[in-house]
Formats: sequence, C-alpha cells, structure tokens
Amino acid sequence: MVKALDRKLLRDVVAMKGQALAIGAVMACGIAVFVMATATLRTLTNSRDAYYAENRFAEIFVSLVRAPVDLAERIGEIEGVVAVDDRVVQVLTLDLPTLNEPASGRVISLPDRGLLGDGLNVPYLITGRWPEADRVGEVVVSEAFAEANALELGAKLEATLRGRRQYLTVVGVVLSPEYVMQVPPGSIFPDDQRYGIFWMSRRQLAAASDMVSAFNDLNLLLAREAVPEEVIRKLDHILEPYGGSGAYQRNDQQSARFIADELKSLRAISLGAPVIFLSVAAFLLNISLRRILSMQREQIAALKAFGYTNAEVGIHYVKLVAVIVVIAAAVGCLSGTWMGSGMVAMYGTFYRFPVIDYSPGLEIYLIATTMGLMAGVLGVVGGVRATMKLPPAEAMRAEPPASYQPSLLERLGIGRLLSQPGRMVVRELGRRPVKAALTALGIAMACAILLVGDFGKDSVQLLVDVQFGIAERDDARVHFVEAKPARAFAELENIDGVIRAEPFRHVAARLRNGQRFRQLGITGIAEGGVLYRLLDREQQQIPVTGSGLMLSAIVAEKLGLSVGDTVQVEVLEGERPIRNAMVSGLVEDFAGTAAYMNLDALNDMLREGRTVSGAYLQLDSAREQDVFADLKSRPGVAGVTLKKVMIDSFMEQMTDNMLKMRGFILFFASVISIGVVYSSARISFSERGRDLATLRVIGLTRAEVSGILLGELAVLTLVAIPVGLLFGYALCLAMARAMSTEMYRIPFVIHPGTYGLASLIILAASIASGLIVRRKIDSLDLVTALKIKE
Amino acid sequence: MKHSSSPTNTESGGAGQEPVFEVRGITKVYEGEVPVHALRGIDLKLFAGEFVVLLGHSGSGKSTLLNIMGGLDTPTEGSVHYCGQEITDFSERQLTFYRRDHVGFIFQFYNLIPSLTARENVALVTDIAHDPMTPDEALALVGLDHRLDHFPSQMSGGEQQRVAIARAIAKKPDVLLCDEPTGALDVKTGVAVLEAIDSVNRELGTTTAIITHNAVIADMAHRVISLADGRIADVNENEVRLGAVDLKW
Repeated sequence: MVKALDRKLLRDVVAMKGQALAIGAVMACGIAVFVMATATLRTLTNSRDAYYAENRFAEIFVSLVRAPVDLAERIGEIEGVVAVDDRVVQVLTLDLPTLNEPASGRVISLPDRGLLGDGLNVPYLITGRWPEADRVGEVVVSEAFAEANALELGAKLEATLRGRRQYLTVVGVVLSPEYVMQVPPGSIFPDDQRYGIFWMSRRQLAAASDMVSAFNDLNLLLAREAVPEEVIRKLDHILEPYGGSGAYQRNDQQSARFIADELKSLRAISLGAPVIFLSVAAFLLNISLRRILSMQREQIAALKAFGYTNAEVGIHYVKLVAVIVVIAAAVGCLSGTWMGSGMVAMYGTFYRFPVIDYSPGLEIYLIATTMGLMAGVLGVVGGVRATMKLPPAEAMRAEPPASYQPSLLERLGIGRLLSQPGRMVVRELGRRPVKAALTALGIAMACAILLVGDFGKDSVQLLVDVQFGIAERDDARVHFVEAKPARAFAELENIDGVIRAEPFRHVAARLRNGQRFRQLGITGIAEGGVLYRLLDREQQQIPVTGSGLMLSAIVAEKLGLSVGDTVQVEVLEGERPIRNAMVSGLVEDFAGTAAYMNLDALNDMLREGRTVSGAYLQLDSAREQDVFADLKSRPGVAGVTLKKVMIDSFMEQMTDNMLKMRGFILFFASVISIGVVYSSARISFSERGRDLATLRVIGLTRAEVSGILLGELAVLTLVAIPVGLLFGYALCLAMARAMSTEMYRIPFVIHPGTYGLASLIILAASIASGLIVRRKIDSLDLVTALKIKE
Repeated sequence: MKHSSSPTNTESGGAGQEPVFEVRGITKVYEGEVPVHALRGIDLKLFAGEFVVLLGHSGSGKSTLLNIMGGLDTPTEGSVHYCGQEITDFSERQLTFYRRDHVGFIFQFYNLIPSLTARENVALVTDIAHDPMTPDEALALVGLDHRLDHFPSQMSGGEQQRVAIARAIAKKPDVLLCDEPTGALDVKTGVAVLEAIDSVNRELGTTTAIITHNAVIADMAHRVISLADGRIADVNENEVRLGAVDLKW
C-alpha cells in the first residue's frame, strides 16, 4: 500500500511538472552525454584491446634498409623479447583506371609458413583467401582501400614495385591492427581512395623486391616485465649497420596513436560535459526545492507536529528529488545509449575493427544514476537541512515578509531614473543576489556550451585556411621511391602543366636534448620557396636560411627547447651522421611533428650533393590530368598527394560529423537555457503571484505585470550573455588544450559571428521560456491569488 | 454556577489524581531586537480526561503555552512533565516521538496537506501511529464518511477542520491540543467542530485543551484558565458543562 506521505510526493511531482521537466531534461542531457561518451570509450577501448591481443599487434616497430634473416634470431635473444616478426615492406604505386592521379600504398610480406604461427600484426581476413606462396602477384588488400575503389575479389591492379610494373590480383580483403586508421605518409588525413595497404606472400614479395633471405622491417612483442626503452636501445644497436631507422613503441605507431589520442579526447568529454550539466541541474533543483519547501512550510510543520521525525520529513523531500533524478537518469541512459551507438557507428567508419561490440554495460548506468543522485542530493541538501532544523512551532507561523532594501543602484541615485516596476525588478534582484547570480550563471553556462559547439567549426576553418591557404600552397606533392639526384627534380619541373616546382629532401632522424628525444622526419626545403612556407605564431613566414633547424612548436615544447638552443640530430639513414644544430625557429603547425632545414644545409649535413626526396608542384589547372598521367608513368614516383582532394575528403567527413555534434550541442544548450530561465521565472511567479495579483487588482495591465516578472529575467539574461561568452571563451580554450595532442593541435579561434549566434540562441530561449510563464501571468486568478495565505 | 479560585490554584480539577501535565514556572522569551516575553512564569496541572479551555487575548501567551505542552516549542525556563516525564528535557527526537505517540493537534488553519484527500490526510497519521483507528473510522466519527476522497480545496472550512480533527484523533491520542479550532469558522460550523471535539473528550476520555479568545467556548470546559500578558490571570471551574449546541453565542 502506498503511504499517504508517498502519495503527497507523487502529487507534488505532478504539480511541479513544468519545473520537474526542465530540471530533469538538463540532468538527462548530462547523463546522456556521460553514457554516450563512456559507452563509446569503453566499446572502442575493448574492441581495440581485443583486436590488438587477438591479432598479436606488435609493441616495438622498426624499419631498416636490409638485413639477413639470420639476424632476426639474434634479435629474438634480446632480454624481454617474446616474439620477432621480420618481414619485407615496400612502397608501391598503382595505376587505377578509375583515378586520373596515381595511387600509392604499402605492400607487406605475409609469412609463407602460414599465419597461425608466431607472426605479429596478423591481418584479419574478411573475404576471399590468403595469397598462395607460389602464385605471382596475389595480394590481399585493406578493406578501406577495397571499399573506396569498389574492388572485387579477382580484381587486377597495375602496380609499380621497385621500379617494375606488375599486375596484382586481389584474392582477399583484410583488416589489420597496424592500420586501424590508414593515413598516407606525409598526410594528416586518411585518403582511402588513393592510399592502400597490400599483403603478399613473403616469397613473392622478396622475389619482386630483391629481398630474398633478407628483411627490411621488424616487429617485436615484449614480455610483460620487459623495459621497452632498453630493448629499443639494444635493437637499434644491432640494426645500426643494417640501416635501422630507429625503433619506436606502440604509442608512437601512427594508427595506434590516432586511436589513443581520440580516446583521450573522448575521456575529456565524458568527464567535462556531465559536470557542467549536472551542476546546472543541481542548482535548478536547489532553487526549485527551496521554493517548494517555503511554500510547504506549514505542511512541514504539521507533519512534524503529528510526530514525523526530521529524518522522515527530510527523506520525503529527498525522495521527491530522487523521483526526478531516477526518471532523468532513465531517459539519459536510454538516449545516451542510443547516441553512443551512433557515435560507435561513426567511429566504425574511421576506425576499422573486425568486431565492435557495443556494450554500454550496467555499471555505466549505475555510475550515471549515482552521479545524477549525487547532483540531486547536492542540490537539495541545504534546503532540506534548513527545513529539518526549523522548530515546528516556528514553521507554523507564516514566513516573515521578505525584507527589501533600496538597491545599490537607487542608493547611487540612479533609482530616480527607474519607474516603480523598474524599482521592483531591481530590488528583487538585490534581495536575492545569490539566486540572481546563480540564475545568470546557469544561463551563462548554456551560452558557453553553445560557443563550444560552434568553436570546432571556426577552428577547423582556421586550420584549413592557414595550413592549406597560407602555409602549404602546392597543388600536388610528389614523393620519390628513394632519394634522387637533382636531375630527377629537373624532370618534374619540365613536365608540361607544371607551373612551378620546389624540391624537398626528407630524412628520418632522432632529435635529442639530454634525456628527451623525438623521432621524426627532417624536411629540407629550398630557400625562397613559395609553395611550402613555414609560419610562426603570427602566421609570418619563417625564412629558410642558414644551417639552423626549425621545429614544430610542439616538438620544441616536448624536447624542452627554445630558439637559440642546440639540439643533437642523429640521422637514421645513409651514413647516419650525428650533428648538433641550433634551433632557429618555431613553426606553428597543426598536425604531425616536424623539423625543417634549409635544403642545402640538409644535403651538406648528409654529406651528399643536391639530392631530393620529392617536390611540391604548382599545376596549371587546365592540364592537371596530363601531369597526373605523366606522373603515373614514372616508376620512380612513390606517390602523389593532392591537396584539394585531401581537403575535400577531410572537410566532407568533418562537416558531416560536426553537423551532428552541433545539432546535439545546440539541443543541449537550449535545454539548459530554457531549463534555467523557465525554472527561475516559474519560481518568481509562484513566490510573487500574490504581489502580481495585487498589482493587477489595483489596475496594472497584464503586460505591465508581466514586465515586472519578465523584466527580471531580461536583466539576468542580458547580464548572463557577456559572462557566458567569456566563459565560453575560456571553455573553448580549455577544450582546445585538452583535445590537442602531439599529433593534432586544435587552433583556438572564435569568429565574431559565433559569439553573435550563441547570444541570439540564448535570447530566443529566454524569450520562449518567458512566454510560457507569461501565459501563467495572463491566466492569474486575481481573487484566488489574493486569498493564498502566505 | 461558576466558582472562582485564586490565580495560583490551578490544580483543583482532579484532586487526588496524578496529573497528566504538570507545568512548573515556565517562561518564554523570544529573543530579537526587542525581546518579547510571551510567558512569564506559568504553573499548571492538567488531569486525565479533563477538558480545559485556555482563554486569552491575542498576545496573552496561550499559543506559546500550548506549543510547549505539545512539544512543538521549548520554554526559556521552567519544566513541563507529561505523565511524570520531563518533556522539557527531551531531545528533538524524543519530542518527535512524544508527539507521534501521545499528542493530537488541531490548528486554526487546519494545516491539511492540499495534495492529499481527506482519507489520505488522516492516513498520514495512521501510517505512523501504534494501533490507530482506520482513517474511515476517524472520518466517520466527525461525520465525514461521505467525503473521504475529497481534496481540501473541495471542502468547506468546517469540513476541513473536521478532517483535521479526524486526523488528530485517529491515533487515539492521550491529549488533544486545539489552537483556536473555530477561529476561522462561522458559528454554525464552529459548533459542529466543537461537538466533534467534545464527543472525543467524553467518549474516548482524551484529555483536551482548547485555546481560544472566544469566552463563549469556556462554558464547555471542566476548567477555564485565563491568560493575560504571559501569566495566569484567573482559573474557573464549571460546575455544569454545556454541550456545544447549548453555547450562547
């Protein structure tokens, strides 16, 4: 049987349904975001970990020029190494009939003895079969590439491998833990159509690339207790004579790093967003409950007089909150689960896992509900405690009339400028400064969230504008299979349709400053070049002169370097010279980690004549296709990166996801602002219904009376907007910092239009909630309102 | 028909019996910018089954006295014993259980929970009482068995007050404390309410104290104690108690 007190609870909830809805909605949003982010995070983490474990994803990676297979055995003896996988990896270019420009890729050897053994980075076969060791040209291909180019089993591809033309036959489609996200070298975005990964039998690949009984790529799996740095040190020592380019750990492996970075951002969202929503909800609960408590003062007194204990009365009101929280939590968990499945599906298009088992898990719901309850309890504890303390005899007496004072404005003499209703507004705000401040704060939060929602768009726009509009102005970028003498560059320069070409040299190196080091590529670029500019913080071009090194600011930061410092450069190719270089400039780039030098200085450091790895090209747009056709026919060309295509595909993906995210954020921010404004107005209305009715009785119009109540909200909204914009600014800055990783730096910029839009949406939300309350004022029953005993 | 005793002789009503209430020298000062002396030394005994009217003007301290006896408030000085136990020494929690187990309250403004029906308002008390009547029985006692499922807003003032009485008596309290129970009612309704209280006193033997500024009601009582300015001004014993209908308004 339902107790009488519980019936009261249910009827109270129904009576405050508008406010309960507003508060519940805000809370549900916070819980939904938490569930979404946490469920997505967990799903991706579990899928990744299971994938890595199941398919024996390596922990140490290194590539080298060439070493005899016997060496692998020696490496296996390094302490802490439990598995060694030596293999052959080559770059290839592809002439796809569907593409004008050449596509490129990597081809990796598969052990001939079969995949069930101790191989590492074992691909996951989706369709087809593995390549036969004795059949020429059989490959399996990465799913992303197969899908982007609509490749069927049996498809024949014309490829150039080590300068030799060869036909590849697709016999299977696979996924690989090494390429959960496949990004072409030198790019920061995936380009599935133009960059693919292939696997070929070891025997065939070795034969095709002159690597019989040799390997040029090595992966290791370590024992749990192994010290990776120690293994790397020994490994690098062993591989040095074989052109080892420096081993690195899994967290520096490109695909693994992309995922790890994304999970890091997701974790930031899963913690940050709920805190904002739940604190707003706690505040709304607080003001609403205080109002209910003061309205039910006499009821509380009566309950106490009948012998209900303080605890029973307190629990009664906590239960009231719990009902709202539990319903909000249920809605939040359900919608969060739904949103999470959408997020996971979206990630599924970027990250290719063989199995993504979306499993939000009961404890996520429990944690979410507990968080909601905690926010709820936090919101009500003050009010309930005050009520519990109230001696019953005192509670029985009517609450003393609210004490008002002339406001600060009036004391300053500005009051004379105010009308009577104006004074009422100002005094009401002054009487409850904390409530007014918190209400404004709530509205400001909503405004801040809107900014955060739109900030991504501005940020990406800036990134594209700066990186691709000012810094990188080439139309296409050509990479050679290996470094070539200057005349190879001259040939590119002379292709019909190439307006301008600028050479670059790319070499793997390790920069060391004391204990800290980073492995990266040093790019040598020609002095006076215009197609690839290095920009400083002020977006001014950094001249590429002298023998100094220009570092991505993030690299300098990680290595603890600033301009003028000396850094040790260990080149990981050729003669592997070790030199000291001065840091001569910091480059503000947004993606990847890079170091640059003057091309001549780099050639000098490498003790080579003018040698280039590729070129930046400016093309005559009318003759682009001719240029591509020409490039396709050059076996020395390992790949061509097309900037426009890259930006387009990037923006397409970004805008699609961003639109969805913006939609959600807009919805959330509206929920918060309507929730705050409506609750606040509703409370003011119930507190002052009698005053307002009195005003109506003495002859004020509905509009005038509404003006007094809504004027308060208008003032609060107008104060809240600039504060919110300021908060938003700080929040965006924090977001940009939190989401920036070594791989990607999120530039911080907010366009004026974004501020304007956020302000407008908040205004609209305020007006909408004002109108809802206005309807209540209009239907105020004067006689009844005056009879209400308070 | 009435005989007046000295102001200090407030114990005559139940000579030879142990008092239900024994109030000794209580004062109550409300601290504030100007301290208000609500009670200035009250001595009083109430006996089992007694019907007492505490008479006084607004500000005489009668509500304060009732609240202290009911465990809603504590005196500044002095003591109140209920059945030999000093309730003025009680903790907050003990006071709560004292009210829960022994006291029935009736207030001037009924203090019903507007969101609960008549039956549910009574159930509010029967839910937590030992061996109570059912809400239906209690409401039948006050003649409201036909209004069980009405909300306070659907009832007249007299009906609401009778719900409040039903709520107070449903737990079969040892004492019934009524604060201006007819203050907000017209004569006819007031009489009906007083009849209900009177019948509870006569039939259940519940010790009953009514505070009022309305001297007419005094004729219903065994004893009438007049308060003025925080002190007992006068105590009268009625040799004959009038029924509520016989009161001269």
